[in-house]
Amino acid sequence: MRIGVVTFPGSLDDRDAQRAIRLAGGEPVALWHGSHDLDGVEAIVLPGGFSYGDYLRCGAIAARSPIMSEVISAAEAGMPVLGICNGFQILVEAHLLPGGLIRNDHGDFICRDQVLRVENASTAWTNGFTVGQEITVPLKNGEGGFIASPSELERLEGEGLVAFRYVGVNPNGSLDDIAGLTNARGNVVGLMPHPEHASEVGFGPDTPAAMRSGVDGLTFFTSVLQHTLARV
Amino acid sequence: MPTIVVEVMPKAELLDPAGKAVASALHRLGDTPFTAVRIGKRFELTVEGEVTDAVLAKARTLADEMLSNSVIEDVVSVEVAP
Repeated sequence: MRIGVVTFPGSLDDRDAQRAIRLAGGEPVALWHGSHDLDGVEAIVLPGGFSYGDYLRCGAIAARSPIMSEVISAAEAGMPVLGICNGFQILVEAHLLPGGLIRNDHGDFICRDQVLRVENASTAWTNGFTVGQEITVPLKNGEGGFIASPSELERLEGEGLVAFRYVGVNPNGSLDDIAGLTNARGNVVGLMPHPEHASEVGFGPDTPAAMRSGVDGLTFFTSVLQHTLARV
Repeated sequence: MPTIVVEVMPKAELLDPAGKAVASALHRLGDTPFTAVRIGKRFELTVEGEVTDAVLAKARTLADEMLSNSVIEDVVSVEVAP
């Protein structure tokens, strides 16, 4: 299965996302922000980083780049799209997911191994998890505070669109401890933490078993392979 | 060439951590009559030709749809610079 990873000017984790896709058994395909060509991919990852230097607002300029018109059409047609960190911010700015992301309430950039609770395990990117499962993936951002109006928040909670919640520590002031969202169809998922950084033993978060052995993030990528196989 | 100035502020009900950081630095400096600071953005759009109603309307649309995000910010003014 071919999974595209879009590189924007200022993307940092595009190669890490490609590596995670390969480790999960997929074929990563590099896509370029300035192109209108999705190169026949069956799913898309918008990676982390600081596209356009976070100018204007995080993700705002990338959300209006040439390839995003194709990504938006594909997402609306049901193609799986995962936004990680800056990719989540891009999805929000592109109106593929609701709400907004603002500067962390304490004002500091934060980098830590973060425990998350899976709240929705029926999306294209989370079907390999179980609801209530706790996973650990790295979190690293300065503007990860999720906000939405009270009525929007009520709708998100009521419709089960919260995909992940922070456990133990709320690292950035996100309302309702929201770490990630899905759309109603379950094909578009965005989250601030970085599953691609927890996909290979030796390079992931610490676990009780061994240092840097956490690979909980790999399930995002095996989930999308499973989702696509199940549809064929 | 004329200039249209667009001003955008974070919504009043939202925390403005950058503004809060500046306010606490002000208080550290000592005697100040200023109790709070909020930080927004000012855009200066240079216009080719005359600022017609249509141009101003276009600036307002741009301000609403791109220069601000209505979930987190308000456009507080769109005006021709004197």
